[in-house]
Amino acid sequence: MTLTKAELANILFETVGLNKREAKDMVEAFFEEIRMALERGESVKLSGFGIFELRDKPQRPGRNPKTGEAIPISARRVVTFHASQKLKTLASESHPHGAD
Amino acid sequence: MTRSDLIAILAERFPQLVAKDAEFAVKSIVDALSAALASGRRIEIRGFGSFSLNYRPPRVGRNPKTGERVEVPAKYAPHFKPGKELRLRVDERHADETTA
Repeated sequence: MTLTKAELANILFETVGLNKREAKDMVEAFFEEIRMALERGESVKLSGFGIFELRDKPQRPGRNPKTGEAIPISARRVVTFHASQKLKTLASESHPHGAD
Repeated sequence: MTRSDLIAILAERFPQLVAKDAEFAVKSIVDALSAALASGRRIEIRGFGSFSLNYRPPRVGRNPKTGERVEVPAKYAPHFKPGKELRLRVDERHADETTA
């Protein structure tokens, strides 16, 4: 089963003791503040989890896969995520097919 | 932005909570995200992005110091795919596009 905001809010309700409204708002604010920092051009480092960084990509040649027509892919800024060593180790031993 | 910056911002956004609650909330969310990936689950946060696990097949690597061959077992590596809202918000050049 996929982890979603609803389940995170439920965890905050049950373990932190926030009320349902606060729990939902806190989960929303958590991701919104990360988005806002990235929007400002700041990287976001969550120790023990990983780092969200920005990369500026130059324009590159691309193609419309349907028509084969050459069209440039414009320069853009993208978000990349690098898992921390701790998360990599945790995830490396997971068994996605057995768990779902 | 670091984890402690995020805690401080959230504590300010939720003045009705004690500061410890913001800290505990961030810890709880990050731990839940890590635990989900450790048990092979996907994470989907609308407007932010999704985390999944990518399979890395076993390979023969080398110890860069000694040149000795080492068997690297198969493993899973965490992968983040930014959601549409995040993608558009970090890139002002494409911020007004409705498709991406």
